[in-house]
Amino acid sequence: MQFGVFSVGDVTPDPTTGRVPTEAERIKAMVAVALKTEEIGLDVFATGEHHNPPFVPSSPTTMLGYVAARTERIILSTATTLITTNDPVKIAEDFAMLQHLADGRVDLMMGRGNTGPVYPWFGKDIRDGIPLAIENYHLLHRLWREGVVDWEGKYRTPLQSFTSTPRPLDGIPPFVWHGSIRSPEIAEQAAYYGDGFFANNIFWPKEHFIRLIDLYRRRFEHYGHGRADQAIVGLGGQVFMRKNSQDAVREFRPYFDHAPVYGYGPSLEEFTEQTPLTVGSPQQVIEKTLKFRDYFGDYQRQMFLMDHAGLPLSTVLEQLEMLGSEVVPVLRREFDALRPAHVPEGPTHAALKAAADGKALVEAADRP
Amino acid sequence: MRQRKLAIVSGGLAEPSSTRLLADRLATAADRALEELDVEAEVGVLELRDHAHGVTNMLLTGFADERLGAAIKDVVESDGLIAVTPIFNASYSGLFKTFFDVLEPGAIAGKPLLIAATAGSPRHSLTLEHAVRPLFSYMRAVVVPTAVFAASEDWGSASSAEQALSKRIDRAAGELARLVASEERPNRLDPYEDVTSFEDLLDG
Repeated sequence: MQFGVFSVGDVTPDPTTGRVPTEAERIKAMVAVALKTEEIGLDVFATGEHHNPPFVPSSPTTMLGYVAARTERIILSTATTLITTNDPVKIAEDFAMLQHLADGRVDLMMGRGNTGPVYPWFGKDIRDGIPLAIENYHLLHRLWREGVVDWEGKYRTPLQSFTSTPRPLDGIPPFVWHGSIRSPEIAEQAAYYGDGFFANNIFWPKEHFIRLIDLYRRRFEHYGHGRADQAIVGLGGQVFMRKNSQDAVREFRPYFDHAPVYGYGPSLEEFTEQTPLTVGSPQQVIEKTLKFRDYFGDYQRQMFLMDHAGLPLSTVLEQLEMLGSEVVPVLRREFDALRPAHVPEGPTHAALKAAADGKALVEAADRP
Repeated sequence: MRQRKLAIVSGGLAEPSSTRLLADRLATAADRALEELDVEAEVGVLELRDHAHGVTNMLLTGFADERLGAAIKDVVESDGLIAVTPIFNASYSGLFKTFFDVLEPGAIAGKPLLIAATAGSPRHSLTLEHAVRPLFSYMRAVVVPTAVFAASEDWGSASSAEQALSKRIDRAAGELARLVASEERPNRLDPYEDVTSFEDLLDG
């Protein structure tokens, strides 16, 4: 089981002080969160990608390349990479480059992006979101697996005799997750390729994500990638902790009440009851997170949203300390003890390479 | 006897409300008209005021709380709808509109629907034709020809106005009942069960 932190990269005023961080402060804060993720013993840091204020991370591989140079162990990922508005050729190149620099510590999550105005800035139309995600990813998948690609599609200029460089490290493309909040087509896509499926899980009730993940697992098996319970599932989570749960509620409430997305809507109490958000003691976070396994089956990656809604960096780093020392070690132990042997661990470059090497050996042995 | 489900949506805010009163009379008339057509109706009433916070929260978060989710399910899975709104400022009430705004696109497409409204003054009567009917035409519901409007003066007992209202209620209910009785509702496709295969998605 892999544990990580994903950051949206929003620049939001701190509602308790009115202070707004500068872009420079926010970008450096994201890096500080990434470094802390490694320091506290977690496995993954992922950044969002946005092209409109109030968000800062427009250039994920630049940030992740910098984090790669300052870390040793964590996997660098995205949440999400816009498969609709980015050129798949550039995604193939950028992430292969990052893979070499980071010695394989790279994977990425495809997402469509739901901000309408962004699409035309990149020459696209949000109404084509699903077809764009399907065509663009199909090309990306080929670019990483075929040395020379001839290609013609609907949304991009054709390619003739094109070789994407650098080639993926060790010939192993970065592992891909497909993230979706509501589209069955994306769960189907993840299942078709045998890729991972990531359910954001933070904004909506679990019943909705249960249906998406069940669909993905069923179709993963249908396409012959393994049994349904061997499909690769990732989940988001959102927590705020203090030793005493009343302190957590009191401190987090103003951030919740003014937060982007759900602010000025349901009460903190309603939202924690209806969605996976936990505001309380580390023990409560452990209990709620362990329940995810009951709802969604054994899964491979748990990501937490920690730095958002204007929380000051000092608070976020304290939260990460608690997450790393009091929560994740327990979750790791419990989840690993419950997981049956035939259910795979979270994907790593080393594991994918070992699997590819093993397959090559078998094929060589089969040759007359 | 065949079975059908009728969902009544009442946008009244006061308790008791004249909007609910009109909704109940329409429901009773539709139930009676269906019975004459050998149809047994299961009638459910949804008071929108009970979901005022729920629909606002849903506008912001994108999901329905458990109670609102169940209410929406009743509406979407009904065989026929009766929607009654108070007229505010020459149109349907904001709460009434918001409830229909949070439904999925196509949620009530093809559904037989009776529209009705209440107001303090008869000068609002054509609001049903100018505002409410276009809303539901846009949502591709099958709105019956007779829309029922009741102003304060229509509630006076035994007057000619009251008799006119009763006749109108019966006519509209009869139109709705004939549509509801005649059509077998197709089962809605469940996108999480009936998956479009990826090969088809790839072919565009």
